[in-house]
Amino acid sequence: MSEAALRPTGLRRRAEELAAALPPLLVAAEHLAAAVQLGEHGRRRAGMGDEFWQFRPAHAGDEARMIDWRRSARADVHFVREKEWQAAQSVQIWLDDARSMEFTGAKDRPTKGDRARLLALALSVLMIRAGERVGLADASAPPRPGEVQLMRLAQTFTAPPGEADFGAPVARAFLPHARAVFLSDFLGDPAPVEAALTEAADRGVKGALVQILDPVEEAFPFDGRTIFESMAGSLTYETRKAGDLRDRYLQRIAERKDRLDRLARATGWLFLCHHTGDSPQSALLWLYRALERVR
Amino acid sequence: MFALGPIGFASPWLLLGLVALPILWFLLRAVPPAPIRRRFPGVALLLGLKDEETEAERTPWWLLLLRMAAIAAAIIGFAGPVLNPEDAEAGDGPLLVLFDGSWADARDWQRRQDRAASALAEAGRNGRPVAVLSLADLPPEAPVFQSAEAQATRLPGISPKPWEPDADALEAWIGALGDALFDTVWISDGLARDSRAVLLDELRDRGAVTVFESARDVRALRPASYADGKVSVAALRARAEGSAEAEVTAHGLDPLGIERELARVPAAFEPGAVEAAAEFDLPPELRNRVTRFEIAGEASAGAVALADDALKRREVALMAGAADREGLELLSPTHYLSRALEPTADLIEGTLADILLADPDVIVFADVAKVTQEETDALLEWIEEGGLLVRFAGPRLASSDVGRQGEDPLLPVRLRVGGRSVGGTMSWGEPKSLAPFSEDSPFFGLPVPGDVAVSAQVMAEPDPELSSRTIAALADGTPLVTRRALGQGQVVLFHVSANAEWSSLPLSGLFVQMLERLAVSTRPATPSVEDLRGTTWVADRVLDGFGTLEDAGDLPGVPGERIAEGHIGPDIPPGLYAEGDRRIAVNTIAPERILMPASWPEGVRVEGLAVLREMALKGWFLGAALALLLADIIAALAVSGRLSGPRQGIAALLLVGLLMPMEARAQTEPDSAAAYEMQAASQVALAHVLTGDAELDRVAAAGLRGLSDVLTARTSVEPGAPIGVDLETDELSVLTFLYWPVTPSQAAPSARTYAKLNRFLRSGGMILFDTRDADVTGFGAASANGQKLQALAAPLDVPPLEPIPSDHVLTRTFYLLQDFPGRHVGRAVWAEAAPPDAEQAEGMPFRNLNDGVTPVVIGGNDWAAAWAVDERGLAMFPVGRGLAGERQREIAYRFGVNLIMHVLTGNYKSDQVHVPALLERLGQ
Repeated sequence: MSEAALRPTGLRRRAEELAAALPPLLVAAEHLAAAVQLGEHGRRRAGMGDEFWQFRPAHAGDEARMIDWRRSARADVHFVREKEWQAAQSVQIWLDDARSMEFTGAKDRPTKGDRARLLALALSVLMIRAGERVGLADASAPPRPGEVQLMRLAQTFTAPPGEADFGAPVARAFLPHARAVFLSDFLGDPAPVEAALTEAADRGVKGALVQILDPVEEAFPFDGRTIFESMAGSLTYETRKAGDLRDRYLQRIAERKDRLDRLARATGWLFLCHHTGDSPQSALLWLYRALERVR
Repeated sequence: MFALGPIGFASPWLLLGLVALPILWFLLRAVPPAPIRRRFPGVALLLGLKDEETEAERTPWWLLLLRMAAIAAAIIGFAGPVLNPEDAEAGDGPLLVLFDGSWADARDWQRRQDRAASALAEAGRNGRPVAVLSLADLPPEAPVFQSAEAQATRLPGISPKPWEPDADALEAWIGALGDALFDTVWISDGLARDSRAVLLDELRDRGAVTVFESARDVRALRPASYADGKVSVAALRARAEGSAEAEVTAHGLDPLGIERELARVPAAFEPGAVEAAAEFDLPPELRNRVTRFEIAGEASAGAVALADDALKRREVALMAGAADREGLELLSPTHYLSRALEPTADLIEGTLADILLADPDVIVFADVAKVTQEETDALLEWIEEGGLLVRFAGPRLASSDVGRQGEDPLLPVRLRVGGRSVGGTMSWGEPKSLAPFSEDSPFFGLPVPGDVAVSAQVMAEPDPELSSRTIAALADGTPLVTRRALGQGQVVLFHVSANAEWSSLPLSGLFVQMLERLAVSTRPATPSVEDLRGTTWVADRVLDGFGTLEDAGDLPGVPGERIAEGHIGPDIPPGLYAEGDRRIAVNTIAPERILMPASWPEGVRVEGLAVLREMALKGWFLGAALALLLADIIAALAVSGRLSGPRQGIAALLLVGLLMPMEARAQTEPDSAAAYEMQAASQVALAHVLTGDAELDRVAAAGLRGLSDVLTARTSVEPGAPIGVDLETDELSVLTFLYWPVTPSQAAPSARTYAKLNRFLRSGGMILFDTRDADVTGFGAASANGQKLQALAAPLDVPPLEPIPSDHVLTRTFYLLQDFPGRHVGRAVWAEAAPPDAEQAEGMPFRNLNDGVTPVVIGGNDWAAAWAVDERGLAMFPVGRGLAGERQREIAYRFGVNLIMHVLTGNYKSDQVHVPALLERLGQ
């Protein structure tokens, strides 16, 4: 990805371009007992809110100030103006910033990190347009509504990557009953992911796991005598004949995917494996559907 | 030289290097390829995996083998391998290289030459003196032995002859040999010959004889013969082994005078047969065109059978004066004639008008006296173009007054009133016999049978010319046959009747021979000595050994008897011989010839012609080593896993390049003439004359392109791309419209081109001449272009012209126009003048004139520049100023549209004026 694209404005512009194709997303809010906050989030039923919902005949118990006199003047009975119940949702995104995300298998493909940032910000744009509150999973950027939050998120996303070879999610800052999205390659130790998901499930948080892989990582097109190194150089592995390892590697990566999928099912999350060679649009659509899901 | 099988080595000690190969094997095996470092996040998943094959740290065996092979090839290459090293054959003393040199050698003459050259080179290396001889072209003296280099220069000068070695010349040559001793290399043509055994004995007495003979069969063609309407040609072969097929082709001139293959018939040799017949069933017109037959693919004089008069069937028209009397066939005036001519000529009968339409070679009048004036004129015209009129006398001619008063154009001499009758019951004299033919008579040499008697004849009026016109006379000197040349043809009068009433001549064999000598009939296939006695034949075209006809040059004439003997040799080379109108073919192969393969006695070395060439293999081996090393680079990359991405493609390309030999393909030039005709004929295309001025041609092409675009947009005429026409070479008949910009510098077309242009104009084409100078001058010779136009158009078939009148059909073929501007305005445009009797019809707005398309339109308004558009469809040149100029350009386009409509529809628009009248008539 070019340097211009790495600047916050560049990233945001591309993310907005991607998000422009979709209608504003309205996340189906489940019952949020404690964290109910009013927002532009219609519940398709009468309740507290700003938007007009319906007129209904007044009945006993309605306060006189609730009667809509303008409507009642046109009939013989009194009408009460009801408003739509609106509620806002919180979405927390964990974006893996480890060095392994900086890998790309071909010059004309974006790195995995680029793709993850793009998807995360596009999702944020959609959410914020729909009136949701979007933030990061750690405490650095708590969920907030509004366009300003987009700028803040974009700045966070384009911060320099961390030093670690493989990233692990932090589950401490989850808001109860919020929605969460994890974007990573999940090639490192799966234990922290499992811990974070379990923690999230405990708090009633549901969401989506998006595994972003380079096509090279799926195909393993290597042969001959090779020394493999991790991106930060902490791990090395030497083989005499890389071609012979291909089947076993592919088996392992399939196992990893399967494990993540099972984990997601167990905790009520959804799992997607996205390749940087594919269009980001399909992944974004999938995320849209995943967060819209009403359980 | 150290040799292994067919391969020898120049420096065999280098081969010891091969011993080092096993050491190299161990060295290379110990060094595995270096690893590659790769960054790969998936490494976390790889941890803990073990390599399956632990041996891979050594170089794989096939890569080792590849490298071994490369090094071995290099070692062998430097050792200098040679395929078929020539070990010198022993031998000293003089060497005679002997060709048979006959037509049978011609087909693989080059290989024989190579064989001889190889023998010469070998003798040269051994320092032997050499002589090279061809038996068909023997010098009278003994061979002179010289150094091989000197004789090698003579080698290309020896060519096969169209005849075979002559036994007499051979005997003389053997006699001249004396007691010289030499070895002989005899390059034989493979045919059995009586003289062979004699010569072989003689040569074996003098030294070793080695015979080289081709393994290929010898094939030949016998002369063609004609029977039952079919031409039969027999193909011969020397070896009767297995079945084979020979394609016999007939060649001749097509109607355009170009030599072509006219027919092709396979002749199948049965197993065991040495002869196969090819039968040509050709229509007479085609048969008369055949000049020779040949076996396809056999380039030798023996495989060519020349055709002559014997195959030609003349068309002879017979006319009798009297209607046939029923039942009196033997008295019919034409009975003996048709019997004599039937076997060798195609007879035509009918009225004179019909006969002349058929354009026969000969017309025979048997006792025809009166011919009308019109028929006389037609006959004279036909005779002057080369026809032969043969007249026979008879009672009608004798009693008529034809040729009595003055010389009749259709009779060679004046006739006396009445005839003469001798030897009858009422007369005293004996029937007269024939006098021997004089030397200048065409019948000279024919034997005069004693039993031919003439009892009645018409008499010629004595005349100073009479003796020179007499070609046969009676014993008393009275003319029997007279002849007079007329234009290119001639008139011949037999003073007797064509039936046996007046003489017994028609009953004799002489009658047939006389007709043949007059070229009325054609002679039988093989002329006998009597047939040709007294004639002298001059070679017209002669065959060379390879079967090609060449100009005879100035060979001396040959007496007919010698030709009839059938002997050929240096003095009578095979070919076409002519005497007057008659032609005779002397063929290499006699009619009864059988080919037999040569048989050699035991003890004579007979070898094939193939020469094993010494071939140095060093380059090949070194090349192979290089190729193997290149393959090794790719293989090493593949083994170490570095062969991925674009490198893979490059490597694949390299491999393909290594494995596939380069194939050079001759790109055939597209036939431009055919392409031009296809383009012009497949669609309407406007054409312009290529003037040679590149800029002018470009503007003309652009102008026609612009006009084509306008036509396509506005009318149903959709022309193709404009065509530039080279008047000299391109065919004009496929064009309809030709734009001819005139420049002072262009070359005038040739006479042939003018004929082509006139044909184009007469067949409905139109030329638009444009002098492009209306801005500076008026019409006429005032400008250089005008003068050039006059010069160019002078030979053209241009009708009288007039400025286009206001009611000319050109003014209304599509648009209604009043004037015809191009880039310039003003001056009149000229077209074919209206006929003087053209009148305006009642109620018609226009005169009914120009029934047809005007062949030329001449002007100077530079239309092409006004029409010209570039590739983007934008006008190339400004016209006038502002909107008025654009209007002028529009009118110029309209003129172009009208012009093309006029060319394509003719006077259709002119006829449109009749529509009201027609409708009125139909309505009632």
